[in-house]
Amino acid sequence: MATINFEYAPAPESTAPVKLRRRYEHFIGGEWRKPVEGKYFDSVSPSTEEKLAEIAYGSAEDVAEAVAAARRGYERYWRKLPPRERAKYLYRIARAITERSRELAVLETIDGGKPIKESRDFDIPQAASHFFYHAGWADKLRYALPGSPNAEALGVVGAIVPWNFPLLMAAWKIAPALACGNTIVLKPAETTPLTALLLADICIEADLPPGVVNIVTGDGATGAALVASDVDKIAFTGSTEVGRAIRRDTAASKKRLTLELGGKAAQIVFADASLDQAVEGIIAGIYFNQGHVCCAGSRLLVQENVHDEIIRRLRKRIATLRLGDPLDKNTDIGAINSRAQLEKIRELVQSGIDEGGELVQAPCALPERGFWFAPSFFTGVAPSFRIAREEIFGPVLSILTFRTPDEAIEKANNTPYGLSAGIWTDKGSKNMYVAQRLRAGVVWCNTFNQFDPSSPFGGYRESGFGREGGWVGLREYLNHR
Amino acid sequence: MLTIALPSESPSVDAVMLEARASQFAKRSIKAATKLAGIDLAIACMDLTTLEGRDSPGRVRSMCAKALTPAPGVRSVAAVCVYPNLVATAKTALAGTSVKVASVATAFPSGLSSIDVKLDDTQAAIDSGADEIDMVIDRGAFLAGDERRVWDEIVEVKRVCAAAPRPVHLKAILETGELGSYDAIRRASDIALAAGADFIKTSTGKIGTSATLPVALCMAEALRDFENRTGEVRGLKVAGGVRNTKSALAYFVLLKETLDDRWLSPELFRIGASALLDDLLMQREKELTGHYAGIDYYTRD
Repeated sequence: MATINFEYAPAPESTAPVKLRRRYEHFIGGEWRKPVEGKYFDSVSPSTEEKLAEIAYGSAEDVAEAVAAARRGYERYWRKLPPRERAKYLYRIARAITERSRELAVLETIDGGKPIKESRDFDIPQAASHFFYHAGWADKLRYALPGSPNAEALGVVGAIVPWNFPLLMAAWKIAPALACGNTIVLKPAETTPLTALLLADICIEADLPPGVVNIVTGDGATGAALVASDVDKIAFTGSTEVGRAIRRDTAASKKRLTLELGGKAAQIVFADASLDQAVEGIIAGIYFNQGHVCCAGSRLLVQENVHDEIIRRLRKRIATLRLGDPLDKNTDIGAINSRAQLEKIRELVQSGIDEGGELVQAPCALPERGFWFAPSFFTGVAPSFRIAREEIFGPVLSILTFRTPDEAIEKANNTPYGLSAGIWTDKGSKNMYVAQRLRAGVVWCNTFNQFDPSSPFGGYRESGFGREGGWVGLREYLNHR
Repeated sequence: MLTIALPSESPSVDAVMLEARASQFAKRSIKAATKLAGIDLAIACMDLTTLEGRDSPGRVRSMCAKALTPAPGVRSVAAVCVYPNLVATAKTALAGTSVKVASVATAFPSGLSSIDVKLDDTQAAIDSGADEIDMVIDRGAFLAGDERRVWDEIVEVKRVCAAAPRPVHLKAILETGELGSYDAIRRASDIALAAGADFIKTSTGKIGTSATLPVALCMAEALRDFENRTGEVRGLKVAGGVRNTKSALAYFVLLKETLDDRWLSPELFRIGASALLDDLLMQREKELTGHYAGIDYYTRD
């Protein structure tokens, strides 16, 4: 019998739940507020290059208003509220995210280009779980800082979040800030503001007191204005370069600071690992969200005696990845978030070719419109190559080899970053030996990209400082007392 | 035939990422023409099965009729699967058709008899006309560490199959639900393939745990590596636990993304089931006409 045609037919998620507005304003003091300067910018879908909406451009004046509104919200309402009442609001927001999860997932995918299966199964459920988790903490803060039973809120938090997990990163900041009794001004990324603005609708629905959550949209200058404003803390997730500037600008001020920055995570695969499962972890580590992940496993260190075997399996596996319409439920690789990011990826890939790496790309056709990059990996990479040192933030893996556990540890640590790492071995003692010696905030053993609100996340060295999630994440939003 | 030997070791299998990968297969959204093609393929790959103590010639004949023509305009299933005593009945009912007769053998389902009994059981099924033998491996010996015995038995049964006057395919049932770990399932798969089984099969359907996607993935990886090592292509049969169209289609996704399109064929893939057929027929009708017919429009064998 001849084999049949079992190519998956298109299975697009309906966009019906999403009602885009023509124009989005700032969300300040519980209401929609036009930008003082009257300027707007376009939000574009990276998979079609179509304009989605006009977004208010935040000036320093807008930021100042938002911070003032947050201060009023803090003094008048939020700090006076019994903690268990704060919890009720957080539970309400968490439930609303769950109830509107389809709408949020579709919007996240349209705005950012990530596959619907990821926004549906990861971003949105994780965002809801961060609110649920932190809601539980709101009236238990006397246990949050050991030896400090009277810990209290900082005041107004300024949060600046990136475009790779727009709603989730907003949730990582808003949920603990509010649970600890702070109010917040959020600045979403320029290319992906829409789900945060939908979250503003949810705050209105939840009857959150005015000024507790404020959202000012804009670009890097808007973010810089927020950093310079009268906030008590800055929580930033983004590039190391910007993080460095923020640290400079907040030095010798009252402002507390947490930074969650870039990474160049090593995945160490030993010869005794379950190789097929290690390949799955490698795939998940680098191609999840098109590699737009700060903790992406972008440096693969393979024990030399299984190098060819791993490459053979990787070659076959990337051929099964489906790139295309992010709204299609069968899409594994969506669009690159912006033209600027695509150019950065191309530039670094070219440097890898120029320096002598061998590029392997999945044999997939790229759509004509939109921003796309086929899942790729480089073999024959030396630690000195730019693609082995710099964060590409795209679906590009650099593969290096090692001979002994100590060499693997040395190579893995030989980076200014230190956000995450992965270890693949069937031997428990080796897992422990290596994990103890890796300088990274998160080390995953025989798995990768596992997240939970109760598990703190954050970096060593130039990947930042401070932790998000878990009870240690709370202390970033509290003063000892 | 290759010189065969008990493989010295098998790769380890890590449960966490294996199950994570397997869960992705069920999440593929199979629609429209793909779904219809998948339903037809599932019917074409089916071993329609009855393995009960009360199986009688009348029951087997009526199942054979359904196997031949599941519904008007629907092509036959791949095979029927029965106990050895009923092979002759099935063979007569299906004479001159493309539907094969498979027989369980080797003291099914436990496999805890002497090798002589197992070989006689196999020979009897072949003499009655069986085209395919579904043997059980000796799980007791496997778990006791006596891999040699497991391997010897498969080699012996294969020898009986190979001596038949016509091609007789051998499927080795691993009864994965009794093996306790994916490492063991992988090891048993490697032993069975090296010993000459044409198919490796998940389960007898006689214990609570039957075919699952992670188990099938583990076995598919063994098939892929076996071809890579020896150049020989062998088949997979999932049995028990596949009760509806959605779960059947997930197995095709697994095959397509782990092996390749060659396995989308009854030559290399079978589903051992009974209740599944009616759901496939209902879903087929839904795809063709846009609505479901009542359950009474489908025959109970």
